[in-house]
Amino acid sequence: MNKIEVKNLDLYYGEVQALYGVNMQIEEKEITAFIGPSGCGKSTLLKTLNRMNDLVEGCRITGEVLLENTDIYKDMDVYQLRKRVGMVFQKPNPFPMSIYDNIAYGPRTHGVRSRVALDEVVEDSLKKAALWDEVKDRLKKSALGLSGGQQQRLCIARALAVQPEVILMDEPTSALDPISTAKIEDLALELKNAYTIVMVTHNMQQATRISDKTGFFLMGKVVEYGTTEQVFSMPREKETENYITGRFG
Amino acid sequence: MSSLNTINKITFKQKMEMYKKRKGSLAVRMLVKLSALITFAVLIYIVLFILINGVGHLNAEFFSFNYTTENVSVIPAVINTLVIIVISLVISIPIGILSAVFLVEYAKRGSKIVNLIRITAETLSGIPSIVYGLFGMLFFVNTLKMGYSMISGGLTLAIMILPLIMRTTEEALISVPDTYREASFGLGAGTLRTVFRVILPASLPGILAGVILSIGRIIGESAALMYTSGTVAQIATNVMDSGRTLAIHMYLLASEGLYTDQAYATAVVLLVVAILINMSSQTISKRIIRKG
Repeated sequence: MNKIEVKNLDLYYGEVQALYGVNMQIEEKEITAFIGPSGCGKSTLLKTLNRMNDLVEGCRITGEVLLENTDIYKDMDVYQLRKRVGMVFQKPNPFPMSIYDNIAYGPRTHGVRSRVALDEVVEDSLKKAALWDEVKDRLKKSALGLSGGQQQRLCIARALAVQPEVILMDEPTSALDPISTAKIEDLALELKNAYTIVMVTHNMQQATRISDKTGFFLMGKVVEYGTTEQVFSMPREKETENYITGRFG
Repeated sequence: MSSLNTINKITFKQKMEMYKKRKGSLAVRMLVKLSALITFAVLIYIVLFILINGVGHLNAEFFSFNYTTENVSVIPAVINTLVIIVISLVISIPIGILSAVFLVEYAKRGSKIVNLIRITAETLSGIPSIVYGLFGMLFFVNTLKMGYSMISGGLTLAIMILPLIMRTTEEALISVPDTYREASFGLGAGTLRTVFRVILPASLPGILAGVILSIGRIIGESAALMYTSGTVAQIATNVMDSGRTLAIHMYLLASEGLYTDQAYATAVVLLVVAILINMSSQTISKRIIRKG
């Protein structure tokens, strides 16, 4: 089933066009990876999926983005959208608060007040993000005291706490060491049983290791989109082949 | 250990050898050291001068609750100073912080109105305080008929420190990384929640620094208060009463010429009050930061 559908999407930053006629269907409960060289528009497309681009001044979008057949730019409240489509950023960005308050921030935003319910959400989210055992004794300590890898898993837990359906990950491991990266990848594979994941990555091995579908971007266009196996073993386009074999990028 | 020579420490002798080759470096080194020394020496000289001339004249009478022309008690002035500080801060902190929030979080970055407000604030902070005093007298004291009162003085000083609080808050807000905003918006929070739950708490240290500076300006202010809160030497029992602050008390004692010794004693009290307020606000801000 299609979770997200992008139709004829053009995106401009001021006068500069950053995306050209993007069409894409993102399958439910799969990991979809966006690959391509820097500045190719993969992060830009990711950010249109939960309207984070709205915050960029001068950003103009035409076309349609549908979440379960509802137009997210026309027929949906942006706060409701971001609750359903969560995001994990390139650099771990926990709030300067306790671990508990970081996780509880989202649910509190959406009106959860009861202590019992919050305790439950915090524990549940941290367990899902495979962080519970490491932090359960110091939930009241500042989140900034965690290591980079732990912080990133905390950010994933924070995103999970609002019970999203889709999780967008913008190069979630680019600031992490190999061991932390492996943990995040395992986590992504685990999470896809319950969530739809869209991930931007610079790392082609990462895309082959964990993604089901891969989209290859170049100069603001989706050059090729298909199952990861097909894109990496029998690319249809010459440009894709050149990129994945390391001839450029 | 003594047989082993530390190799990563430059000895005085080696240093001098190096300076022989680079005369310019030696000159700059001397210059920066001298500047630091002068700054420090001036401060120490003033503090010692005040203490030596003033401490001897501190006595129980000087701290009696009621002012008379015999004891020229400093206590009413201490209390009035605290009252003026509270009035000014209560008015200017919310307005200053909220206007900074508008400039940084709500207004479009680099818009004309933002620049206009910024220039206005900068201009305001450059105006001599006597001008604020004059404005306060004409507007609050006369036009609004508040008379010489704590409220007139407090309002005048609130206007005076408003640009300071606004500017420091603005700087503090700007220094909060955008990643916090992204994270908050990404979870479906609106601007209001993002500002009050994430951005403001994260910028508290900077805001508090501005507040501490403002308190310093209030304590030291005399010109702007002379024509607004007046010079009555008793404790102001309500905000419509006139009352003198420490700085004015000191100014009047010194200018009357009869109480020079007590003026020095007042300076000691002023110094102590300033140090105490500074220390306590720093302790408070540290505690808040540790909590965060």
